[in-house]
This record gives sequence, structure tokens and C-alpha cells, in this order.
Amino acid sequence: MAQQTDIFPPPGEAMEPPGAFEAQPMGFYTDTTVCIGCKACEVACKNWNGLSARDGGAQPMSGDSYDNTRTLDGEHWRHVKFIEQFSEDRSQGRWLMMSDVCKHCVQAGCLEVCPTNAIIRTEFDTVVIQADVCNGCRDCIAACPFGVIEVNPVNNTAMKCTLCYDRMQNGLVPACAQACPTASIQFGPIAELRELGAARVEQLNTQSRDAGRPEDAYLYGADDSIVGGLNSFYLLIDEPEVYGLPRAPKLPSSQLPATTALTAAGAAGLGLLGLLGFRKRRMDDFAAEARAEAAESVRLAPGETVVVEPERGAKGGVGGEY
Amino acid sequence: MSIDPASAVSRVLAQTTLPSDTFVTLSPHWGWLIALYFFLGGISGGAAFLAAMLHLFGRAEDRPMVRLGYLVAFVALLPCAPLLIVDLNRPERFWHMIWQSDSGGPMFKWWSPMSLGVWIITLFAGILLLALIGSWAGRVGLPKRLSSLADGTLGKVVAAATGLLGLFLAGYTGTLLTATNRPLWADTPLLGLLFLLSGISAAAAALLLLGWRRTHPASLSWLGQIDSYAMGLELAVLVVMVVTLGAVATAVLGNGWGVALLVGTVLLGTLVPLAAHVRPRLLGPATIPVAAVLGLAGSFVLRSVIVLASEAV
Ligand code: SF4
Ligand code: SF4
Repeated sequence: MAQQTDIFPPPGEAMEPPGAFEAQPMGFYTDTTVCIGCKACEVACKNWNGLSARDGGAQPMSGDSYDNTRTLDGEHWRHVKFIEQFSEDRSQGRWLMMSDVCKHCVQAGCLEVCPTNAIIRTEFDTVVIQADVCNGCRDCIAACPFGVIEVNPVNNTAMKCTLCYDRMQNGLVPACAQACPTASIQFGPIAELRELGAARVEQLNTQSRDAGRPEDAYLYGADDSIVGGLNSFYLLIDEPEVYGLPRAPKLPSSQLPATTALTAAGAAGLGLLGLLGFRKRRMDDFAAEARAEAAESVRLAPGETVVVEPERGAKGGVGGEY
Repeated sequence: MSIDPASAVSRVLAQTTLPSDTFVTLSPHWGWLIALYFFLGGISGGAAFLAAMLHLFGRAEDRPMVRLGYLVAFVALLPCAPLLIVDLNRPERFWHMIWQSDSGGPMFKWWSPMSLGVWIITLFAGILLLALIGSWAGRVGLPKRLSSLADGTLGKVVAAATGLLGLFLAGYTGTLLTATNRPLWADTPLLGLLFLLSGISAAAAALLLLGWRRTHPASLSWLGQIDSYAMGLELAVLVVMVVTLGAVATAVLGNGWGVALLVGTVLLGTLVPLAAHVRPRLLGPATIPVAAVLGLAGSFVLRSVIVLASEAV
């Protein structure tokens, strides 16, 4: 089942609740080459999820693009990127369109760091933020390698695409995929989508080969090389950076071993220097005592004794002025 | 309708090669509150570490500095939790980080520095309070018998735990930044070490300032040495970090933030205090306290620049 369309029964028949999809990895395959930038997905997403308009609808226009959404955030869970590539003299050009969304990473950075367990993995291998648990620490925003999450100004919690978890639990295709008029966004079990994507790459690259053009189509995130695999993967025809995608995204924890080791080494080093400082202090004291004794033995008459109270600390160097 | 010329779109198009993958991510809006927390947390953890060292390995004459150290650690820690809570978008749900709100049970993820940090602060606050009470027992109206918290084996255990957790607190903040995907923060493994060193040197500066002419010269002398070591290492780590960051450093710090770092942290906050430790008459009779104030300011500038320069990307 790669695409289910009909949610209404034929005339005269009773409406049956479709029931949840089978629990298995499900997601999106987005073929950017057929996206026409109509933003039906953005609208359908906002509509179904009841998302507010930015700044109460008074958002400024970008002024240099038909893309006025500009970024994914807490109120925009789909964002159609318009990538305008023109030559210097603007005689040559192309527009790449890409409907961006949460990638529902198999190794999700947002889920990894969330300190409240607000972010969960569902039975469909998707990643969902529970708005009633999130306390708005915003760690997930910084952790996501794709710049997907933002705070929703209405409920003040971190929000992003849920892959329409509520619809999936009721056997409905996510709103964006349902609305996409060119099937750029396809929804279904990941295994099926990967086959679909691979076949499309083959088709496009064969066409390019025949026409003597570079074979530039490839899938981004369909295998496990990108954070364990993306449950929302893409067919692209230019470098990832051109689409504003990271080339080799990492988990937030990827540097933890190195940074922990270095910090611990620093702590141990300073502790050691501190101990050496105490040792030096003792040595200085012994030296001072010895000097004092030597001085006394010269000055005192035989048989006389005196108790020398060693003057501790305040010896030379940095100690002198304290 | 107004036009926004500096839109995100033109920025992405202008640089199809990015200094690092981290430049496609969004900022968590961690601002002044967080920078201030990092600064105070560093002082608190650092002061606890220094006081514990003096407690465990020092002599009777170090006791006044031990008391001052635990006190500074405690006072610096007091605003930390409120700062963090106020910074949440839903402050009334702060406890979701301690107790799982939906399924019950303690909320702890050791691999998430934010989650680990919450527990470190909580444990540290508790153990530090014991160390503080023990060291001040018999004074300020505290019963003398509470000094058992600072004496004998129990006292040693409490001091060691306080010092270790203090080190954790001073160091984890940098690690928290690194465990993201943001420019600069996630592009270097050195922030944890840098914040640890700067926290300890800031704490030493605070104790030198407050203990000057009030505590034993031997304690101050030892602190001055540690401060010098910490500042020297901090400077070295900072240089290595900026050099190894390469294009990322240019993109994030090649602006006013970089100037602030250079003037505030490197020059005034590190080089001048280091010179003052070598030549204690450099700035007249009050050289040591002046150097301490500069060191503290430098540490604050460091936290602010590291947090805010990345936020500004
Ligand atoms: S794309 Fe970002 S928000 Fe979505 S699952 Fe991956 S890390 Fe989380
Ligand atoms: S903002 Fe919410 S969802 Fe994101 S990490 Fe914090 S608690 Fe978790």
C-alpha cells in the first residue's frame, strides 16, 4: 500500500472507520523532481493540524523569492523550499523545489537529548513530540541536524511534523501526502517506498545518460548512512547543501566520548597541579624551618633552647603579595 | 506588506558550501539567562572544587578559605535553578525533567547532558549544603556538633563528593552545548574542557577577591597558583579551539563577538591577570583584586560569546 486515497465510502454505504495501519516503519518518500511548488502540502498540514499563521498572518514577504514560508518552525511543519539557481547573466536557470519536513530519523537527535521524554518513537518508527509533556527547554531544537523543530507560540512547546500520527492511527494517509497533486510526496511502508525511489532514480539517470547529461539523481536518507536512515527520505538532483541539507548529519552524542575524555583529563590535570601546589608549600615550609634553625643555632649560646614557630605560607613568588 | 530583504532563502543560496553541516540547523534561543547560568554554575562548581581541595589536603590555616569557598559555591548556585526554570517556555513543567510526567518514575537519561545536568545540580546542591553546614558549624548560630559533617571520614567523603560534583557542574555546561548540532558548539570537542578551566579560574578569582587580606596568605598563594595554571591552560585551549575550528570560527567569530572574546576574555580577562600573578605590583597595591575582577569579567564574556555568537548564526 503505497498510496491510499479514498477515505469516503461509495454513495449509500455506511462509513466504516478504516482502523489503524499495521505497526511497521512508515514514512514519506519525496521525489523533488516532480514538485511544482504549489504548497498544497503546507496548506493541508496547517489545516489538519490546526496550526496558526505566523505573526497572526502579518508575516513579511521574503522579497527575493516566491518562498515566503522560509523555514520550518513550530507553526510550519511543511516548508516548500524554492531553490533558485541562475547563471550570472540570468540567461540560464532552474528552480529546484523541495517540500521539507521532519525526517523521522531512525537515530533521532531530538529524541536522544529530550530531558523530559516528551519525544517518543511510535509503532510506525516515526518520531512524535508530546505537547503535554514538553516543558520548552528547547534542547531538541539545537539537537536536530536538519533544523526542523521550533517552539509553537500558541502552546509554548516544541512542535514539528507528527507524520499525522492521529491519522495513521485511524488508517488515514498524512494530510500533506493526501493533498500533493503531483505525488511528489508519497506515503507508505518504508520498504516499499525505497523500492519506488530506487526505480525512479534508475529511470531519471537512464534518461540523463541517453541525453548525454550528468546522472545526478540519487536518494538522500534511503539507506542507513544518514543518521541510521530517514523515514522521510528524498530524491535529489544536486548536492545536499544546495537544498539546505547536511551532507553528513551527526547525532548530538557523537562528540560525547571525546569531549568527556578531554574534560575529565583537564579536571585530573588541575587536581594534580593543586596537589603539587600543596607539596611545594610543604617543601617551602621545611626549607624555611631548616633556615630558621640554622640561624638560631648560630645566634644562641650553647645550652639555650628556643621554640621556633615556622612562619607558614606567604613565601616568595605569587604568595608574596597576598 | 513589508519586504524582508535578508531572508533565509537568499542566505542559503549565497553559500552552497557551508563551513559545517551545523549551519543548516535552528537556534534554541539560549540567551543571556543561559550564559549567566553557565557563568554562575562555573563559579559554583569551581569554588566547591577548590574548597574541597583545601579541605582535604590543606592545613588548619586554610579553614577560613574552605568556609569561604563553600559559601561562594552555595551563593553562586542559588540563582542557577531559577535561571534555568525561568528560561523554559513552560516553567510550570520544570519538574518533568525530574519525574516522568506521563508514565511516572524518575526522569533520567545519562546520555543527555541536559538530563544529567539536572541531576548533577540537584545532587550537588544537597551535598554542598552538607559541606557548607559542616564547615560553618559552631559559627553563625550553627550547633558545634554539626562539624561532624566536616571532620573525620564523613567529612572527607562529603568534601570529596562536593569537589567531584563541582567539577561535573563546571564541565558539563560546555558538554551540553557540544551535544547539539549547532555552529561552533557541535564543531569542537573542547568546550567542556574550556568551560571547566574557565569556571575554576573564575572561582579562584572570586575567592582571591573575597578572601584578600581576610584569609591566610598561604591559602591565597595556593589559589593564585591554581588560577594561573587554569588561565594558562584556558588560553591554550581557546587558541587550539579557534585554530581547529577554521572556517567555522571565521563564520561565527569573525565579527563583534570575536572582538569581544579577544579583548574581554583573552586580553583583559586572561593576559592581564596572568601578568598580575607574575608581577603582583603591576597595577599598584590592589593588583590582585583588580586582576580577580578582570578574570571574572573575562569568564563571563567567554560564556556569553560562546552562547550568543552561535545563537546569532
Ligand atoms: S529530522 Fe530532526 S526533528 Fe525530525 S526526527 Fe530527525 S532529529 Fe528529530
Ligand atoms: S523542548 Fe520539549 S520536546 Fe524539546 S527537548 Fe525540551 S522537553 Fe523535549
